[in-house]
Amino acid sequence: MKHTIQALVENKFGVLARVASLFSARGYNIESLAVGETQDSSISCMTIVVDAEDERILEQIKKQLHKLIDVVTVVDFTRKEYVDRELLLVKVFKREDNQKDIEHFLKKYPAKIIEDKKEYSILEVCEERHQAEEIVRELKRIGIKELVRTGRIAISR
Amino acid sequence: MKGAQIFIESLIKEKVEVIFGYPGGSVLPIFDCLYDAPFKFILPRHEQAAAHAADGYARSTGKVGVCIATSGPGATNLTTGIATAYMDSVPIVAFTGQVKTQLIGNDAFQEADVTGVTRSISKHNYLVKDVKDLAPTIKEAFYIARSGRPGPVVVDLPVDVQMQETEFSYPREIELRSYRPTYFGHPGQIKKAVKAISKAKRPVIIAGGGVIIAGAANELRHFAQAIKAPVTTTLMGFGGFPSTHKLALGMPGMHGTMYANMAITESDLLISVGCRFDDRVTGKIDAFAPEAKIIHIDIDPTSISKNINVDIPIVGDAKNILGQLIEEIAELKKLPDISAWNKKIAAWKKKHPLGYRKSSTKIKPQAILEELYKQTKGKAIIVTEVGQNQMWASQFYKYDYPRHFLSSGGLGTMGYGFPAAIGAKVANPEKEVVVIAGDGSFQMNIQELATLATYNIAVKVIILNNHYLGMVRQWQQLFYNRRYSGTPLKNPNFVKVAGGFGVKGIKVTKPTEVKKAIKTMLSSKSGVIADFWIEEEENVFPMVPAGEAINRMIGGMA
Repeated sequence: MKHTIQALVENKFGVLARVASLFSARGYNIESLAVGETQDSSISCMTIVVDAEDERILEQIKKQLHKLIDVVTVVDFTRKEYVDRELLLVKVFKREDNQKDIEHFLKKYPAKIIEDKKEYSILEVCEERHQAEEIVRELKRIGIKELVRTGRIAISR
Repeated sequence: MKGAQIFIESLIKEKVEVIFGYPGGSVLPIFDCLYDAPFKFILPRHEQAAAHAADGYARSTGKVGVCIATSGPGATNLTTGIATAYMDSVPIVAFTGQVKTQLIGNDAFQEADVTGVTRSISKHNYLVKDVKDLAPTIKEAFYIARSGRPGPVVVDLPVDVQMQETEFSYPREIELRSYRPTYFGHPGQIKKAVKAISKAKRPVIIAGGGVIIAGAANELRHFAQAIKAPVTTTLMGFGGFPSTHKLALGMPGMHGTMYANMAITESDLLISVGCRFDDRVTGKIDAFAPEAKIIHIDIDPTSISKNINVDIPIVGDAKNILGQLIEEIAELKKLPDISAWNKKIAAWKKKHPLGYRKSSTKIKPQAILEELYKQTKGKAIIVTEVGQNQMWASQFYKYDYPRHFLSSGGLGTMGYGFPAAIGAKVANPEKEVVVIAGDGSFQMNIQELATLATYNIAVKVIILNNHYLGMVRQWQQLFYNRRYSGTPLKNPNFVKVAGGFGVKGIKVTKPTEVKKAIKTMLSSKSGVIADFWIEEEENVFPMVPAGEAINRMIGGMA
């Protein structure tokens, strides 16, 4: 099961490595990780998305995360009320046969073109997680040249 | 003031009495200031020994141990000692030199990424990049090392930071918003625990290292007596409850007593105090205390429900929580009658005592421990290496006082005992400090004979010399068809080696010589190495084969 975990941490060097190594030491892959300052510049927020093979192990990781000296709080949003978003930037090829698809895509999804060149366009999409997956599938069909994602960020309701 | 002098002044503020260290290029400014420092400095002959000595100092006193090494190889040599301290929750602060700030990451001479290397084996670590941060960092390091669940903290000090100047001001108070250990048990959980205790017919207390760390031996004794429950002490918990007490069950687990393991298996309430349910204690998890409700008292929330599922967790300091429990229990009108349970345990004790086959021709290691116990009246600080020597020391010497048994329990570090004993003796010059070593493990830090001679440190070493890496050989005998691969040892002449370092050595080969040899050893005012040639294929019994249930022990008697 996928978990979205939020950790508020001291904004210091080395904290990211400490957090990441709790997962890597157990052979857990972090699906996405987004880090940024909060309203308090001395605190950063890390949003970690991880697919837990074993809930018990994840529970242990969360406790150990909290045990790290530089971690202030840890919240697992799973089964909680929260809102999440992810930003995607996509470079799509412009071919004669996909012009209509791109237009259709722009109508259907909350995406906008932020740069338009002769061979390609760059699209910006900001969506919640289920929608984001669907959008990526759709774009793959149209023809992606390059896709980058920020990873998920989340906030409680 | 220069960074190096700030280092010294900060250590004075922390009331450091002794520092174990080894110099090198990246700590030269600090060593220059150490020359005039008011505390003791001990130079071991290997950085690993500096870390173990700081550990032995800390375990035997409860104070923070301090060691220092240079960058690169100096720091990497400390790591085994740091990992050892981490596994057993020992408060040490390890300082390491680092290359100049602007050279970090450039593969400079004697450079190692110390904070990276020690991240997973320390409670916390720091790289000090600005001399202004130095004093506050040292304050934090000592605070973190000794508070909550104690552990090693590493402070990496680039050589240029040691030479920079700033004003010295040592913070008085410390407050970390991200680190606030819980010290008192939640009243609701205490109530639940008391309720469970008031219903238990077959309670067992399992006491671990947390009892020693929290200084909770008195509270534990009162608590156990109040509820009349038997107490089993893990390797790390020795001395937390007197071995000679009538409620004492000895050690649980792989080489524990049959009666401790039987009691756990049949209990209906297991009260764990500062024990983290290591796999050497639990054996096969499904068969561990299958009928028991489990109360788990631990200061570290990550220990709870890690290895076994817990019914009533109580997070906090063992001393405080036992105090809370004692108060609540005193208010109970009636406790269940558990005399039948204690009778059953007494019968197990009678039927399955720890024992061994005596011999008139070969020296039995168990007999050495019994004789040592007799002659020291159980008052010596016993420091062990790892392997058979460690297990015999745990079975045949009795521990009535906390901080009198030092052993690498979690990491199982061979080479720990001898240097740790040096640290313990420096901290407790008035006490007898005896190392129980194997011929294998003693050779892992044998160079410390030089430290013994240099500072005239009166550590006594008993080598249980069986010319094997005995514990591994035992497993090969039992589970690998006696194929002794890599375990026979061709040893040096330990007496001559000791003599070469300027330390007295004695060799003992006959059972009749044991008593006198121990007497000679104990009466010496200097260090002594006693090389006992023991029965070569003696095994540690009883034993739970790895992965088996703890009540399925083999070899009641060797």
